[in-house]
Amino acid sequence: MIDHLPILQVIVPLLGAPLCLIVRSPRAVGLFALLTSTITFLVSCLLLQQVLLHGTIAYELGGWAAPWGIEYRIDYLNSYLLLLVSAMGAIVLVASQTSIDRELPRSRHMLFYTAYLLCLTGLLGILCTGDAFNVFVFLEISALSSYTLIALGNDRRALTASYQYLIMGTIGATFIIIGVGLMYMMTGTLNMYDLAQRLPEVHNSKTVLSAIGFFIVGVCLKLALFPLHLWLPNAYAFAPSIATAFLAATSTKVAVYVLIRFIFSVVGPEFANTVLPLQEIFVVLGISGIFATSISAIYQLNIKRLFAYSSVAQIGYMILALAIGTPLGLTATLLHLFNHALMKAALFLAIGAVVYRVGSSQLSHFAGLGRQMPWTMAALVAGGLSLIGVPLTVGFVSKWYLVLALLENGWWPLTVLVLFSSLLAVIYVWRIVEWVYFASPRIFIEEVKDPPLSQLVPIYVLVFANFYFGIDTSLTVGVSKRAAEALFGGIFL
Amino acid sequence: METLIDIVLLSFLVLTALAVAKMHDLFAVVMLSGIYSLLTASLFLDLDAVDVAFTEASVGAGISTLLMLASLKLVGRYETRTRYRPMLALGVVLATGALLIYGTLDMPHFGSADAPVHQHVAPRYLNDSMGEVGVPNVVTSVLASYRGYDTLGETLVVFTAGIGVISLLRVSRRTKQQEMQKVPADMQQQIILRVVVKWLLPLILIFALYVQFHGDYGPGGGFQAGVIFAAGIILYTMLFGLSNASRVFPPKLLELLAALGVLLYGGVGIVCMLLGGNFLDYNSLRHDPVHGQHLGILLVELGVGLTVAAVMITIFFKFTWRTVKHKYLEK
Repeated sequence: MIDHLPILQVIVPLLGAPLCLIVRSPRAVGLFALLTSTITFLVSCLLLQQVLLHGTIAYELGGWAAPWGIEYRIDYLNSYLLLLVSAMGAIVLVASQTSIDRELPRSRHMLFYTAYLLCLTGLLGILCTGDAFNVFVFLEISALSSYTLIALGNDRRALTASYQYLIMGTIGATFIIIGVGLMYMMTGTLNMYDLAQRLPEVHNSKTVLSAIGFFIVGVCLKLALFPLHLWLPNAYAFAPSIATAFLAATSTKVAVYVLIRFIFSVVGPEFANTVLPLQEIFVVLGISGIFATSISAIYQLNIKRLFAYSSVAQIGYMILALAIGTPLGLTATLLHLFNHALMKAALFLAIGAVVYRVGSSQLSHFAGLGRQMPWTMAALVAGGLSLIGVPLTVGFVSKWYLVLALLENGWWPLTVLVLFSSLLAVIYVWRIVEWVYFASPRIFIEEVKDPPLSQLVPIYVLVFANFYFGIDTSLTVGVSKRAAEALFGGIFL
Repeated sequence: METLIDIVLLSFLVLTALAVAKMHDLFAVVMLSGIYSLLTASLFLDLDAVDVAFTEASVGAGISTLLMLASLKLVGRYETRTRYRPMLALGVVLATGALLIYGTLDMPHFGSADAPVHQHVAPRYLNDSMGEVGVPNVVTSVLASYRGYDTLGETLVVFTAGIGVISLLRVSRRTKQQEMQKVPADMQQQIILRVVVKWLLPLILIFALYVQFHGDYGPGGGFQAGVIFAAGIILYTMLFGLSNASRVFPPKLLELLAALGVLLYGGVGIVCMLLGGNFLDYNSLRHDPVHGQHLGILLVELGVGLTVAAVMITIFFKFTWRTVKHKYLEK
């Protein structure tokens, strides 16, 4: 069975999704989805262990050797992200068992869990594959199911938000497929490893150039790089809380992975930089994105929207770190991918707990909740501290590596800007603290108290992870470093 | 001669696209987009891509036109005119177009035998697939075997789209009861059509089955067969009413069938694993690899057909129930 781990990673949730329609009963379907995602998580643990022991694993689907057939290729980079995505997928579902009761009518639970598992399948499929067209197929699965998850939100505005995302996402996907198509035309292959071998022969053709352009713009739409992020805040604000927590923790991360994989394993970083001024573009968009969206976050009245803007800002940090173009910079990107997922999952689940008790995510409804929901609010503050980058939290580790990488290149003006931008995070987190602890409650309702343990436990697992990986960085930094060095060494064997 | 046909078809395509962009009558737009798909299908045919042409004709010109018409019934026929002039969007479109044209400059020449696509992976598909897969239609071998995993993904895309529509367009029990009692089919009075459809329906369904099981030898396969089957049922629904059609295909059954198609496809993959091969390695299904390939392809195509047909019928039913709700319940 060990040999089949790469495919089991994807087909467990893939077959779990249609099975949800057979299970049907609302209660059972939730538990079934939880079981499926837990198995998926265990598979990812085993897979990471295998990769750390034996190096890259290749799996030929249908028994056909690449490039004729499709191949799964698991190396440090994707096994690390597989672990992250499937862990988030499972933890969030623990909280969903009660949270979803409040936000969705029972008749829709089955559809919610089906869409959730489909989304998980799509994201894991993108991560596993070594085939450029297969990326597109699974991108579509994850995208269509995310639109569904968002549209299931209670607020009518969820529909517009989902529609907006659908349009932007479809444009992104179209650009990606144009890029893949043009590359196929010039090389005759879809396998990423094979593409990397054959692209250099046609490097100076205009067709390959525009292919790279289309692909990168398409992925940047998906990962919500400023200024292509306009779909994200509403989508996160109006989706059911569970969906927001899951998508915020995983979906943009996977798009960042696609960008990294494409630049490093397919095109090659030197070439990507010679055809397009990628470094300059990413530095400018990254840093302006950090400031523009952090400032927008300060003015938000809805706390989900606030953290959605902050998510776009965090993408800015990742892209900035990527633009540094050194192994240390890439390590910082990969670290922040992981760490940011931990923060946002904890934060959005805590907000979900408030929606569960109070029924709203407006900032004004958080007034005085510090006394009524002490544990949830403590988790919210812990997540916020991690977001700012206070020592002992994962946020600090991310920022530390980012600053180190910037200084290594002698980019001290950017270092100053990055440090300064953390102050903006202090402001928006402080606004929440002010409402939560210093405002008097609107109306004191008996029922408003901490959520049931099924929500509190996953929140605190994530909060614990925020501190644990802030102190013991051997897993995250270790794997990120190895992945970054492998990518710079051009190793994708 | 072929060049001439290509030029004529391509200029029609451009004209249709411009007309679609210009018009405000959505009914005409839907018709034109059907024509657009049909023209594209003819173009594919001219390029000898019969399978793609068949898919485009049945999916693009056929079922999606139908679904767009069904949604027009809900949103109304005319586009609301806006004063808003999206110049930025126009700029983006122009830039995209310019980049696309720029990309064509270094493309291999049209139809050139030296083009990389004909040199690298394609020769093995063309020369060896008969021995390795044993299916005369190369497109089917690539689609269902060499790249069968992509097709599983595509089936899942269709399934996901179905889940999306089901969760957005919920139908209350009240709507269903209302529909059962006194809603006549839209074209109840069309006697000629009713008679013709009664004769035609069995033929359409048999043709769908033919396309389903003949995909190994000629153009066709699960996707096309699924939509043709669904089109037959939709035609019946339009003339004889939703309550009759949904007695044959209750919504729950359709949901189950859609799930079953994906499960059948994935299940074949799992069985291959249990028999010692890789996922979807049909060779392990039988002692003789070619027999295994045959059996595997037959089953996965059936899975595709099931899911596609069930999802398309579901989407149409949902739209129709919505129309009933708007027409009778909300007044």
